[in-house]
Amino acid sequence: MPESLIHARGLTKKFGDFVAVNGIDFDVHKGESFGLLGPNGAGKSTAMRMIGATSSRDAGVLTILGKDPDKHGPQIRAHLGVVPQQDNLDMQLSVSENLYIYGRYFGLPRAFVKGKIEELLTFAQLEEKRDAKVEALSGGMKRRLTIARALVSEPEILMLDEPTTGLDPQARHILWDRLFRLKEQGVTLLITTHFMDEAEQLCDRLIVMDKGSIMAEGSPASLIKDYSSKEVLEVRFGSDRNQELAEKLRTLCERIEELPDRILMYTEDGEALLGQIYASGMHPKTSLVRRSSLEDVFLRLTGRTLIE
Amino acid sequence: MSITTIRQGSIQLVNSKKIQAQGAIYVAEARIRVMMKWLWLIIGIAIANPVLYLISVGIGLGGLIDKNVGATGVDGVKYLTFLAPALLAQAAIQGAMEETVFPTIEGFKWNKVFFAMNSTPLSGAQISLGVFLAAFFRTIYTVLFYFGVMWLFGALDSSTAWLAIPTAIFAGTAFGALMQALAAKLENENIFFVIVGRFIMMPLFLFSGTFFPLTSMPFFLQWIGWISPLWHATELGRHLTYGHAISSTMMWVHFLVLATMLVSGLYLSTRIFTKRLAK
Repeated sequence: MPESLIHARGLTKKFGDFVAVNGIDFDVHKGESFGLLGPNGAGKSTAMRMIGATSSRDAGVLTILGKDPDKHGPQIRAHLGVVPQQDNLDMQLSVSENLYIYGRYFGLPRAFVKGKIEELLTFAQLEEKRDAKVEALSGGMKRRLTIARALVSEPEILMLDEPTTGLDPQARHILWDRLFRLKEQGVTLLITTHFMDEAEQLCDRLIVMDKGSIMAEGSPASLIKDYSSKEVLEVRFGSDRNQELAEKLRTLCERIEELPDRILMYTEDGEALLGQIYASGMHPKTSLVRRSSLEDVFLRLTGRTLIE
Repeated sequence: MSITTIRQGSIQLVNSKKIQAQGAIYVAEARIRVMMKWLWLIIGIAIANPVLYLISVGIGLGGLIDKNVGATGVDGVKYLTFLAPALLAQAAIQGAMEETVFPTIEGFKWNKVFFAMNSTPLSGAQISLGVFLAAFFRTIYTVLFYFGVMWLFGALDSSTAWLAIPTAIFAGTAFGALMQALAAKLENENIFFVIVGRFIMMPLFLFSGTFFPLTSMPFFLQWIGWISPLWHATELGRHLTYGHAISSTMMWVHFLVLATMLVSGLYLSTRIFTKRLAK
Protein backbone atom coordinates (compact mmCIF):
# COMPACT_ATOMS: atom_id res chain seq x y z
CA MET A 1 0.00 0.00 0.00
CA PRO A 2 1.49 3.39 -0.90
CA GLU A 3 1.93 6.02 1.79
CA SER A 4 -1.33 7.73 2.81
CA LEU A 5 -0.88 11.51 2.76
CA ILE A 6 -4.44 12.34 3.75
CA HIS A 7 -6.40 10.11 6.06
CA ALA A 8 -10.01 10.91 7.01
CA ARG A 9 -12.45 8.87 9.10
CA GLY A 10 -15.86 10.17 10.07
CA LEU A 11 -14.79 13.68 9.11
CA THR A 12 -17.60 16.07 10.03
CA LYS A 13 -18.20 19.81 9.87
CA LYS A 14 -21.31 21.62 11.01
CA PHE A 15 -22.41 25.22 10.64
CA GLY A 16 -25.05 25.59 13.33
CA ASP A 17 -27.66 22.94 12.58
CA PHE A 18 -26.46 22.47 9.03
CA VAL A 19 -24.15 19.50 8.52
CA ALA A 20 -21.87 20.51 5.66
CA VAL A 21 -19.68 17.40 5.77
CA ASN A 22 -21.29 14.35 7.29
CA GLY A 23 -18.82 11.74 8.48
CA ILE A 24 -16.79 11.03 5.36
CA ASP A 25 -13.98 8.45 5.10
CA PHE A 26 -11.22 8.47 2.53
CA ASP A 27 -7.47 8.18 2.00
CA VAL A 28 -5.29 9.92 -0.53
CA HIS A 29 -2.01 8.26 -1.39
CA LYS A 30 1.28 9.68 -2.54
CA GLY A 31 1.44 10.41 -6.25
CA GLU A 32 -2.27 9.95 -6.72
CA SER A 33 -4.72 12.34 -8.29
CA PHE A 34 -7.79 12.25 -6.09
CA GLY A 35 -11.10 13.92 -6.83
CA LEU A 36 -14.13 15.10 -4.91
CA LEU A 37 -16.99 15.17 -7.39
CA GLY A 38 -20.37 16.60 -6.54
CA PRO A 39 -22.77 19.46 -7.18
CA ASN A 40 -22.49 22.90 -5.58
CA GLY A 41 -23.22 22.63 -1.89
CA ALA A 42 -22.13 18.99 -1.61
CA GLY A 43 -19.56 19.93 1.03
CA LYS A 44 -16.49 19.71 -1.20
CA SER A 45 -15.08 23.13 -0.41
CA THR A 46 -15.72 22.69 3.29
CA ALA A 47 -13.83 19.40 3.18
CA MET A 48 -11.02 21.14 1.31
CA ARG A 49 -10.77 23.85 3.96
CA MET A 50 -10.44 21.23 6.67
CA ILE A 51 -7.79 19.37 4.69
CA GLY A 52 -6.10 22.69 4.00
CA ALA A 53 -5.74 23.06 7.79
CA THR A 54 -7.53 26.40 7.93
CA SER A 55 -10.92 25.25 9.22
CA SER A 56 -11.28 22.94 12.20
CA ARG A 57 -13.40 19.79 12.16
CA ASP A 58 -16.30 19.09 14.49
CA ALA A 59 -15.83 15.33 14.67
CA GLY A 60 -13.81 12.50 13.22
CA VAL A 61 -10.18 11.77 12.53
CA LEU A 62 -8.11 13.73 10.06
CA THR A 63 -4.40 13.47 9.49
CA ILE A 64 -2.50 15.23 6.76
CA LEU A 65 1.10 14.16 6.17
CA GLY A 66 0.73 12.22 9.40
CA LYS A 67 -0.21 15.27 11.49
CA ASP A 68 -3.43 16.52 13.07
CA PRO A 69 -4.40 19.85 11.45
CA ASP A 70 -6.02 21.09 14.67
CA LYS A 71 -2.66 20.87 16.39
CA HIS A 72 -0.13 21.44 13.62
CA GLY A 73 -1.89 23.76 11.17
CA PRO A 74 1.12 25.87 10.15
CA GLN A 75 3.45 22.86 9.86
CA ILE A 76 0.96 21.10 7.61
CA ARG A 77 0.23 24.17 5.53
CA ALA A 78 3.97 24.51 4.94
CA HIS A 79 3.70 21.48 2.65
CA LEU A 80 0.40 22.18 0.89
CA GLY A 81 -0.21 24.15 -2.28
CA VAL A 82 -3.70 25.57 -2.17
CA VAL A 83 -5.70 26.83 -5.16
CA PRO A 84 -8.98 28.18 -3.79
CA GLN A 85 -12.24 28.29 -5.69
CA GLN A 86 -12.04 32.05 -5.97
CA ASP A 87 -8.67 33.49 -7.01
CA ASN A 88 -7.30 35.56 -4.15
CA LEU A 89 -4.31 37.10 -5.86
CA ASP A 90 -3.07 40.51 -4.81
CA MET A 91 -4.63 42.69 -7.53
CA GLN A 92 -2.34 45.61 -6.83
CA LEU A 93 0.84 43.67 -7.51
CA SER A 94 2.31 42.29 -10.71
CA VAL A 95 2.35 38.65 -11.79
CA SER A 96 5.91 38.02 -10.65
CA GLU A 97 5.43 39.98 -7.42
CA ASN A 98 2.48 37.76 -6.54
CA LEU A 99 4.70 34.71 -6.88
CA TYR A 100 7.47 36.42 -4.95
CA ILE A 101 5.47 37.47 -1.91
CA TYR A 102 3.77 34.09 -1.73
CA GLY A 103 7.15 32.37 -1.70
CA ARG A 104 8.19 34.70 1.11
CA TYR A 105 5.14 33.64 3.16
CA PHE A 106 6.77 30.22 3.27
CA GLY A 107 9.95 31.85 4.52
CA LEU A 108 11.81 30.85 1.35
CA PRO A 109 15.11 32.61 0.67
CA ARG A 110 14.79 35.52 -1.76
CA ALA A 111 17.32 34.07 -4.21
CA PHE A 112 15.49 30.75 -4.30
CA VAL A 113 12.14 32.42 -4.94
CA LYS A 114 13.59 34.53 -7.76
CA GLY A 115 14.81 31.41 -9.54
CA LYS A 116 11.56 29.64 -8.89
CA ILE A 117 9.55 32.48 -10.44
CA GLU A 118 11.21 31.87 -13.82
CA GLU A 119 10.34 28.20 -13.66
CA LEU A 120 6.73 28.87 -12.69
CA LEU A 121 6.16 31.58 -15.28
CA THR A 122 7.21 29.09 -17.94
CA PHE A 123 4.97 26.42 -16.48
CA ALA A 124 1.98 28.77 -16.37
CA GLN A 125 2.78 30.22 -19.81
CA LEU A 126 2.89 33.70 -18.35
CA GLU A 127 6.46 34.72 -19.26
CA GLU A 128 5.19 37.65 -21.31
CA LYS A 129 3.00 38.83 -18.48
CA ARG A 130 5.58 38.84 -15.72
CA ASP A 131 5.34 42.60 -15.11
CA ALA A 132 1.65 42.95 -15.88
CA LYS A 133 -0.69 43.84 -13.07
CA VAL A 134 -2.88 40.92 -12.06
CA GLU A 135 -5.95 43.07 -12.60
CA ALA A 136 -5.26 43.08 -16.33
CA LEU A 137 -5.10 39.28 -16.74
CA SER A 138 -7.83 37.14 -18.25
CA GLY A 139 -9.70 34.66 -16.07
CA GLY A 140 -7.66 31.74 -17.40
CA MET A 141 -4.37 33.53 -16.80
CA LYS A 142 -5.35 34.42 -13.23
CA ARG A 143 -6.19 30.79 -12.62
CA ARG A 144 -2.85 29.61 -14.02
CA LEU A 145 -1.09 32.18 -11.87
CA THR A 146 -2.93 30.96 -8.78
CA ILE A 147 -1.82 27.42 -9.58
CA ALA A 148 1.76 28.54 -10.20
CA ARG A 149 1.66 30.41 -6.90
CA ALA A 150 0.59 27.26 -5.08
CA LEU A 151 3.64 25.45 -6.50
CA VAL A 152 6.21 27.99 -5.32
CA SER A 153 6.99 26.07 -2.14
CA GLU A 154 7.23 22.68 -3.91
CA PRO A 155 4.30 21.27 -1.94
CA GLU A 156 3.65 17.65 -1.05
CA ILE A 157 0.01 17.97 -2.06
CA LEU A 158 -1.51 20.38 -4.57
CA MET A 159 -5.13 21.13 -3.70
CA LEU A 160 -7.40 22.59 -6.38
CA ASP A 161 -10.92 23.70 -5.54
CA GLU A 162 -13.02 23.88 -8.72
CA PRO A 163 -9.98 24.68 -10.89
CA THR A 164 -11.84 25.49 -14.11
CA THR A 165 -15.18 26.84 -12.93
CA GLY A 166 -16.02 30.06 -14.73
CA LEU A 167 -13.48 29.61 -17.52
CA ASP A 168 -14.28 29.49 -21.22
CA PRO A 169 -13.67 26.17 -23.02
CA GLN A 170 -10.33 27.18 -24.49
CA ALA A 171 -8.98 28.38 -21.15
CA ARG A 172 -10.19 25.17 -19.53
CA HIS A 173 -8.27 23.07 -22.02
CA ILE A 174 -5.06 25.00 -21.47
CA LEU A 175 -5.49 24.53 -17.74
CA TRP A 176 -6.23 20.83 -18.06
CA ASP A 177 -3.08 20.44 -20.09
CA ARG A 178 -1.04 22.08 -17.30
CA LEU A 179 -2.67 19.96 -14.61
CA PHE A 180 -2.20 16.83 -16.64
CA ARG A 181 1.52 17.55 -16.84
CA LEU A 182 1.66 17.83 -13.06
CA LYS A 183 -0.16 14.54 -12.77
CA GLU A 184 2.28 12.91 -15.16
CA GLN A 185 5.13 14.14 -13.03
CA GLY A 186 3.63 12.36 -10.06
CA VAL A 187 2.45 15.41 -8.13
CA THR A 188 -0.19 14.39 -5.59
CA LEU A 189 -3.34 16.24 -6.61
CA LEU A 190 -6.55 16.76 -4.71
CA ILE A 191 -9.26 18.23 -6.93
CA THR A 192 -12.85 19.20 -6.34
CA THR A 193 -15.09 19.66 -9.32
CA HIS A 194 -18.66 19.52 -10.45
CA PHE A 195 -17.57 18.85 -14.02
CA MET A 196 -17.63 15.15 -14.76
CA ASP A 197 -15.37 15.52 -17.79
CA GLU A 198 -12.78 17.21 -15.58
CA ALA A 199 -12.99 14.41 -13.03
CA GLU A 200 -12.68 11.78 -15.75
CA GLN A 201 -9.62 13.41 -17.27
CA LEU A 202 -7.71 14.34 -14.17
CA CYS A 203 -8.59 11.92 -11.39
CA ASP A 204 -7.17 8.46 -10.79
CA ARG A 205 -9.70 7.90 -8.08
CA LEU A 206 -12.58 9.92 -6.72
CA ILE A 207 -15.40 10.11 -4.27
CA VAL A 208 -18.84 11.19 -5.39
CA MET A 209 -20.32 13.53 -2.78
CA ASP A 210 -23.85 14.75 -2.26
CA LYS A 211 -25.26 16.68 0.70
CA GLY A 212 -22.14 16.18 2.76
CA SER A 213 -21.93 12.40 2.33
CA ILE A 214 -19.98 10.06 0.09
CA MET A 215 -22.22 8.27 -2.37
CA ALA A 216 -19.55 6.16 -4.07
CA GLU A 217 -15.81 5.79 -4.39
CA GLY A 218 -13.56 4.39 -7.09
CA SER A 219 -11.74 5.15 -10.33
CA PRO A 220 -13.82 6.91 -13.00
CA ALA A 221 -13.88 3.71 -15.08
CA SER A 222 -14.90 1.46 -12.20
CA LEU A 223 -17.61 3.86 -11.07
CA ILE A 224 -19.06 3.96 -14.56
CA LYS A 225 -18.85 0.17 -14.76
CA ASP A 226 -20.52 -0.29 -11.38
CA TYR A 227 -23.22 2.33 -11.59
CA SER A 228 -24.03 2.71 -15.24
CA SER A 229 -24.32 0.80 -18.49
CA LYS A 230 -21.75 0.78 -21.26
CA GLU A 231 -23.68 3.15 -23.50
CA VAL A 232 -26.35 5.78 -23.19
CA LEU A 233 -28.95 6.58 -25.80
CA GLU A 234 -30.32 10.12 -25.54
CA VAL A 235 -33.60 10.74 -27.34
CA ARG A 236 -35.72 13.86 -27.64
CA PHE A 237 -39.32 13.92 -28.67
CA GLY A 238 -40.01 17.54 -27.75
CA SER A 239 -40.69 18.60 -24.18
CA ASP A 240 -44.46 18.02 -24.40
CA ARG A 241 -44.19 14.44 -25.66
CA ASN A 242 -41.20 13.11 -23.65
CA GLN A 243 -43.31 12.18 -20.67
CA GLU A 244 -46.03 10.61 -22.73
CA LEU A 245 -43.60 8.30 -24.54
CA ALA A 246 -41.48 7.49 -21.50
CA GLU A 247 -43.84 4.72 -20.44
CA LYS A 248 -43.64 3.10 -23.82
CA LEU A 249 -39.83 3.39 -23.90
CA ARG A 250 -39.63 1.69 -20.52
CA THR A 251 -40.79 -1.52 -22.12
CA LEU A 252 -37.72 -1.47 -24.38
CA CYS A 253 -35.06 -0.70 -21.81
CA GLU A 254 -34.44 -1.71 -18.22
CA ARG A 255 -33.41 1.71 -16.99
CA ILE A 256 -34.38 5.11 -18.33
CA GLU A 257 -34.08 8.60 -16.84
CA GLU A 258 -36.48 11.35 -17.79
CA LEU A 259 -34.88 14.79 -17.83
CA PRO A 260 -36.87 17.93 -18.64
CA ASP A 261 -35.52 18.13 -22.18
CA ARG A 262 -34.55 14.56 -23.02
CA ILE A 263 -34.79 10.90 -22.08
CA LEU A 264 -31.67 8.90 -21.23
CA MET A 265 -31.74 5.17 -21.89
CA TYR A 266 -29.06 2.96 -20.31
CA THR A 267 -28.07 0.08 -22.53
CA GLU A 268 -25.15 -2.04 -23.67
CA ASP A 269 -25.88 -1.30 -27.33
CA GLY A 270 -27.30 2.12 -28.14
CA GLU A 271 -27.63 1.68 -31.88
CA ALA A 272 -29.59 -1.55 -31.50
CA LEU A 273 -31.94 0.11 -29.00
CA LEU A 274 -32.50 3.04 -31.32
CA GLY A 275 -33.43 0.54 -34.06
CA GLN A 276 -36.01 -1.02 -31.72
CA ILE A 277 -37.49 2.41 -30.98
CA TYR A 278 -38.01 3.11 -34.66
CA ALA A 279 -39.38 -0.40 -35.14
CA SER A 280 -42.02 0.29 -32.48
CA GLY A 281 -43.20 3.25 -34.50
CA MET A 282 -41.67 6.04 -32.39
CA HIS A 283 -39.69 8.78 -34.15
CA PRO A 284 -37.46 10.86 -31.88
CA LYS A 285 -36.65 14.39 -33.12
CA THR A 286 -32.99 13.86 -32.25
CA SER A 287 -31.01 10.94 -30.94
CA LEU A 288 -27.47 10.45 -29.70
CA VAL A 289 -25.52 7.37 -28.67
CA ARG A 290 -22.64 8.02 -26.28
CA ARG A 291 -20.46 6.31 -23.71
CA SER A 292 -21.61 6.42 -20.10
CA SER A 293 -19.98 9.15 -18.03
CA LEU A 294 -19.67 10.16 -14.39
CA GLU A 295 -22.69 12.39 -14.96
CA ASP A 296 -24.72 9.21 -15.40
CA VAL A 297 -23.19 7.73 -12.27
CA PHE A 298 -24.24 10.80 -10.32
CA LEU A 299 -27.73 10.71 -11.79
CA ARG A 300 -28.03 7.07 -10.82
CA LEU A 301 -26.80 7.71 -7.28
CA THR A 302 -28.79 10.82 -6.49
CA GLY A 303 -31.57 11.07 -9.08
CA ARG A 304 -30.25 14.52 -9.93
CA THR A 305 -27.87 15.99 -12.46
CA LEU A 306 -24.59 17.55 -11.38
CA ILE A 307 -25.30 20.99 -12.76
CA GLU A 308 -28.77 22.13 -11.96
CA MET B 1 7.81 24.65 -25.90
CA SER B 2 9.90 23.71 -22.94
CA ILE B 3 8.40 21.62 -20.22
CA THR B 4 9.46 22.57 -16.77
CA THR B 5 9.55 19.90 -14.19
CA ILE B 6 7.77 20.96 -11.07
CA ARG B 7 9.66 19.61 -8.12
CA GLN B 8 7.57 18.44 -5.29
CA GLY B 9 7.76 17.57 -1.68
CA SER B 10 11.00 19.26 -0.74
CA ILE B 11 10.36 18.79 2.94
CA GLN B 12 13.66 20.50 3.77
CA LEU B 13 12.69 23.62 1.90
CA VAL B 14 10.31 25.08 4.42
CA ASN B 15 11.56 25.91 7.88
CA SER B 16 8.57 26.09 10.20
CA LYS B 17 10.54 27.52 13.11
CA LYS B 18 11.78 30.38 11.01
CA ILE B 19 8.25 31.14 9.77
CA GLN B 20 6.94 31.09 13.31
CA ALA B 21 9.49 33.72 14.29
CA GLN B 22 9.34 35.92 11.20
CA GLY B 23 5.87 35.41 9.70
CA ALA B 24 4.58 38.86 10.61
CA ILE B 25 7.59 40.41 8.91
CA TYR B 26 6.78 38.59 5.66
CA VAL B 27 3.26 40.02 5.78
CA ALA B 28 4.58 43.50 6.50
CA GLU B 29 7.03 43.11 3.61
CA ALA B 30 4.16 42.33 1.22
CA ARG B 31 2.11 45.23 2.59
CA ILE B 32 4.98 47.66 2.12
CA ARG B 33 5.43 46.38 -1.42
CA VAL B 34 1.78 47.25 -2.12
CA MET B 35 2.27 50.66 -0.46
CA MET B 36 5.18 51.36 -2.79
CA LYS B 37 2.73 51.15 -5.70
CA TRP B 38 1.09 54.21 -4.18
CA LEU B 39 4.33 55.89 -3.21
CA TRP B 40 3.70 59.15 -5.02
CA LEU B 41 0.22 59.41 -3.64
CA ILE B 42 1.51 58.75 -0.13
CA ILE B 43 4.25 61.34 -0.54
CA GLY B 44 1.74 63.78 -2.01
CA ILE B 45 -0.57 63.38 0.95
CA ALA B 46 2.32 63.58 3.38
CA ILE B 47 3.32 66.96 1.92
CA ALA B 48 -0.02 68.46 0.93
CA ASN B 49 -1.70 67.70 4.24
CA PRO B 50 0.64 69.71 6.49
CA VAL B 51 1.15 72.45 3.90
CA LEU B 52 -2.59 73.07 3.63
CA TYR B 53 -3.18 73.00 7.37
CA LEU B 54 -0.21 75.12 8.24
CA ILE B 55 -1.11 77.77 5.71
CA SER B 56 -4.80 77.98 6.47
CA VAL B 57 -5.03 77.29 10.16
CA GLY B 58 -1.49 77.93 11.31
CA ILE B 59 -0.68 81.08 9.40
CA GLY B 60 -4.18 82.33 8.62
CA LEU B 61 -6.00 81.65 11.84
CA GLY B 62 -2.80 81.71 13.91
CA GLY B 63 -1.88 85.13 12.54
CA LEU B 64 -5.24 86.49 13.58
CA ILE B 65 -5.01 84.99 17.05
CA ASP B 66 -1.47 86.12 17.68
CA LYS B 67 -2.38 89.66 16.52
CA ASN B 68 -5.29 89.86 18.94
CA VAL B 69 -3.96 88.11 22.02
CA GLY B 70 -0.23 88.47 21.49
CA ALA B 71 2.40 85.89 20.58
CA THR B 72 2.10 84.20 23.95
CA GLY B 73 -1.65 84.28 24.16
CA VAL B 74 -2.50 80.63 23.67
CA ASP B 75 -1.22 78.49 26.48
CA GLY B 76 1.73 80.87 26.81
CA VAL B 77 3.07 80.32 23.30
CA LYS B 78 2.28 81.46 19.80
CA TYR B 79 -0.56 79.69 18.07
CA LEU B 80 1.53 77.63 15.63
CA THR B 81 3.60 76.23 18.47
CA PHE B 82 0.41 75.33 20.28
CA LEU B 83 -1.10 73.74 17.17
CA ALA B 84 1.89 71.79 15.85
CA PRO B 85 1.86 68.75 18.22
CA ALA B 86 -1.88 68.33 17.63
CA LEU B 87 -1.57 68.42 13.86
CA LEU B 88 1.31 65.99 14.00
CA ALA B 89 -0.70 63.53 16.11
CA GLN B 90 -3.71 63.96 13.85
CA ALA B 91 -1.61 63.14 10.78
CA ALA B 92 -0.22 60.07 12.52
CA ILE B 93 -3.69 58.88 13.45
CA GLN B 94 -5.00 59.42 9.95
CA GLY B 95 -2.05 57.65 8.32
CA ALA B 96 -2.15 54.72 10.71
CA MET B 97 -5.87 54.32 10.25
CA GLU B 98 -5.62 54.32 6.46
CA GLU B 99 -2.91 51.71 6.59
CA THR B 100 -4.75 49.39 8.97
CA VAL B 101 -8.38 49.80 7.90
CA PHE B 102 -8.12 49.59 4.11
CA PRO B 103 -5.76 46.61 3.98
CA THR B 104 -7.91 44.80 6.54
CA ILE B 105 -11.13 45.23 4.59
CA GLU B 106 -9.31 44.45 1.38
CA GLY B 107 -7.68 41.34 2.80
CA PHE B 108 -10.88 39.90 4.16
CA LYS B 109 -13.31 41.08 1.56
CA TRP B 110 -12.14 42.90 -1.54
CA ASN B 111 -9.50 40.53 -2.84
CA LYS B 112 -9.31 38.11 0.07
CA VAL B 113 -5.53 38.04 0.23
CA PHE B 114 -5.65 37.19 3.94
CA PHE B 115 -7.16 33.86 3.01
CA ALA B 116 -4.30 33.30 0.58
CA MET B 117 -1.80 34.17 3.32
CA ASN B 118 -3.57 31.87 5.73
CA SER B 119 -3.29 28.94 3.32
CA THR B 120 0.48 29.20 3.78
CA PRO B 121 2.07 28.53 7.18
CA LEU B 122 1.11 32.04 8.32
CA SER B 123 -1.36 32.29 11.18
CA GLY B 124 -4.13 34.83 11.74
CA ALA B 125 -2.06 36.41 14.50
CA GLN B 126 0.92 36.86 12.19
CA ILE B 127 -1.23 38.37 9.44
CA SER B 128 -2.79 40.78 11.91
CA LEU B 129 0.57 41.77 13.34
CA GLY B 130 2.10 42.10 9.86
CA VAL B 131 -0.57 44.55 8.74
CA PHE B 132 0.00 46.51 11.93
CA LEU B 133 3.77 46.59 11.45
CA ALA B 134 3.39 47.97 7.93
CA ALA B 135 1.02 50.63 9.27
CA PHE B 136 3.57 51.47 11.95
CA PHE B 137 6.16 51.96 9.24
CA ARG B 138 3.83 54.24 7.29
CA THR B 139 3.05 56.21 10.45
CA ILE B 140 6.71 56.87 11.16
CA TYR B 141 7.20 58.00 7.62
CA THR B 142 4.15 60.29 7.66
CA VAL B 143 5.14 61.86 10.96
CA LEU B 144 8.70 62.52 9.84
CA PHE B 145 7.48 64.13 6.64
CA TYR B 146 4.97 66.25 8.52
CA PHE B 147 7.57 67.28 11.02
CA GLY B 148 9.89 68.30 8.18
CA VAL B 149 7.23 70.52 6.64
CA MET B 150 6.43 72.08 10.01
CA TRP B 151 10.09 72.86 10.48
CA LEU B 152 10.19 74.58 7.10
CA PHE B 153 7.18 76.64 8.15
CA GLY B 154 8.94 77.69 11.32
CA ALA B 155 6.24 76.08 13.43
CA LEU B 156 8.81 74.49 15.71
CA ASP B 157 10.43 77.04 17.88
CA SER B 158 11.49 75.02 20.89
CA SER B 159 14.56 72.83 21.03
CA THR B 160 12.46 69.95 22.35
CA ALA B 161 9.90 70.15 19.52
CA TRP B 162 11.13 66.85 18.12
CA LEU B 163 9.68 65.09 21.15
CA ALA B 164 6.26 65.43 19.55
CA ILE B 165 7.41 62.80 17.03
CA PRO B 166 7.28 59.78 19.35
CA THR B 167 4.03 60.86 20.98
CA ALA B 168 2.39 61.26 17.57
CA ILE B 169 3.64 57.88 16.39
CA PHE B 170 2.48 56.33 19.65
CA ALA B 171 -1.02 57.80 19.29
CA GLY B 172 -1.26 56.87 15.61
CA THR B 173 -0.34 53.26 16.11
CA ALA B 174 -2.54 52.95 19.20
CA PHE B 175 -5.57 54.20 17.32
CA GLY B 176 -4.61 52.23 14.21
CA ALA B 177 -4.50 48.98 16.20
CA LEU B 178 -7.97 49.61 17.57
CA MET B 179 -9.37 50.52 14.16
CA GLN B 180 -7.78 47.41 12.65
CA ALA B 181 -9.72 45.29 15.13
CA LEU B 182 -12.92 47.17 14.37
CA ALA B 183 -12.43 46.88 10.59
CA ALA B 184 -11.92 43.14 10.95
CA LYS B 185 -14.99 42.83 13.13
CA LEU B 186 -17.43 44.85 11.02
CA GLU B 187 -18.06 42.77 7.94
CA ASN B 188 -20.01 45.51 6.18
CA GLU B 189 -17.44 48.09 5.17
CA ASN B 190 -20.00 50.74 4.25
CA ILE B 191 -21.23 50.86 7.82
CA PHE B 192 -17.64 51.12 8.91
CA PHE B 193 -16.85 54.10 6.72
CA VAL B 194 -20.03 55.95 7.59
CA ILE B 195 -19.59 55.40 11.31
CA VAL B 196 -15.85 55.84 11.54
CA GLY B 197 -15.56 58.68 9.05
CA ARG B 198 -18.46 60.76 10.24
CA PHE B 199 -19.02 59.83 13.84
CA ILE B 200 -15.54 59.01 15.06
CA MET B 201 -12.82 60.68 13.02
CA MET B 202 -14.48 64.05 12.49
CA PRO B 203 -15.57 64.65 16.11
CA LEU B 204 -12.19 63.45 17.36
CA PHE B 205 -10.46 65.97 15.17
CA LEU B 206 -12.72 68.85 16.19
CA PHE B 207 -13.28 68.08 19.87
CA SER B 208 -9.88 66.92 21.07
CA GLY B 209 -8.40 70.26 21.95
CA THR B 210 -6.70 70.33 18.59
CA PHE B 211 -7.34 73.97 17.72
CA PHE B 212 -8.02 75.30 21.22
CA PRO B 213 -7.48 73.97 24.75
CA LEU B 214 -10.02 71.30 25.61
CA THR B 215 -10.98 73.31 28.68
CA SER B 216 -12.49 75.97 26.39
CA MET B 217 -15.23 73.45 25.64
CA PRO B 218 -18.33 73.19 27.77
CA PHE B 219 -17.70 70.47 30.33
CA PHE B 220 -20.36 68.13 28.92
CA LEU B 221 -18.44 67.94 25.62
CA GLN B 222 -15.01 67.41 27.13
CA TRP B 223 -15.49 63.65 27.43
CA ILE B 224 -14.91 63.36 23.69
CA GLY B 225 -11.38 64.52 24.33
CA TRP B 226 -10.88 62.15 27.21
CA ILE B 227 -11.55 59.10 25.08
CA SER B 228 -9.68 60.50 22.12
CA PRO B 229 -6.14 59.31 21.43
CA LEU B 230 -5.63 62.63 19.71
CA TRP B 231 -6.18 64.64 22.90
CA HIS B 232 -3.90 62.41 24.97
CA ALA B 233 -1.16 62.59 22.37
CA THR B 234 -1.63 66.33 21.97
CA GLU B 235 -1.35 66.94 25.71
CA LEU B 236 1.80 64.85 25.90
CA GLY B 237 3.17 66.50 22.78
CA ARG B 238 2.50 70.01 24.11
CA HIS B 239 4.10 69.19 27.40
CA LEU B 240 7.20 67.81 25.78
CA THR B 241 7.56 70.47 23.08
CA TYR B 242 6.96 73.69 24.96
CA GLY B 243 6.38 72.75 28.58
CA HIS B 244 2.59 72.92 28.64
CA ALA B 245 1.80 72.34 32.32
CA ILE B 246 0.39 68.93 33.19
CA SER B 247 0.67 67.00 36.42
CA SER B 248 2.73 63.86 36.53
CA THR B 249 -0.49 61.94 37.25
CA MET B 250 -1.97 63.20 34.00
CA MET B 251 1.26 62.31 32.21
CA TRP B 252 0.71 58.76 33.31
CA VAL B 253 -2.96 58.85 32.44
CA HIS B 254 -2.17 59.99 28.90
CA PHE B 255 0.47 57.37 28.52
CA LEU B 256 -1.67 54.59 29.94
CA VAL B 257 -4.73 55.44 27.85
CA LEU B 258 -2.68 55.23 24.69
CA ALA B 259 -0.86 52.09 25.84
CA THR B 260 -4.19 50.44 26.68
CA MET B 261 -5.55 51.29 23.24
CA LEU B 262 -2.45 49.84 21.62
CA VAL B 263 -2.41 46.62 23.60
CA SER B 264 -6.14 45.97 23.49
CA GLY B 265 -6.27 46.84 19.78
CA LEU B 266 -3.52 44.36 18.99
CA TYR B 267 -5.07 41.70 21.19
CA LEU B 268 -8.57 42.09 19.76
CA SER B 269 -7.30 42.29 16.22
CA THR B 270 -5.34 39.07 16.63
CA ARG B 271 -8.38 37.28 18.01
CA ILE B 272 -10.79 38.59 15.40
CA PHE B 273 -8.40 37.83 12.53
CA THR B 274 -7.90 34.27 13.75
CA LYS B 275 -11.60 33.67 14.19
CA ARG B 276 -12.67 35.19 10.89
CA LEU B 277 -10.04 33.27 8.91
CA ALA B 278 -11.11 29.96 10.43
CA LYS B 279 -14.76 30.42 9.49
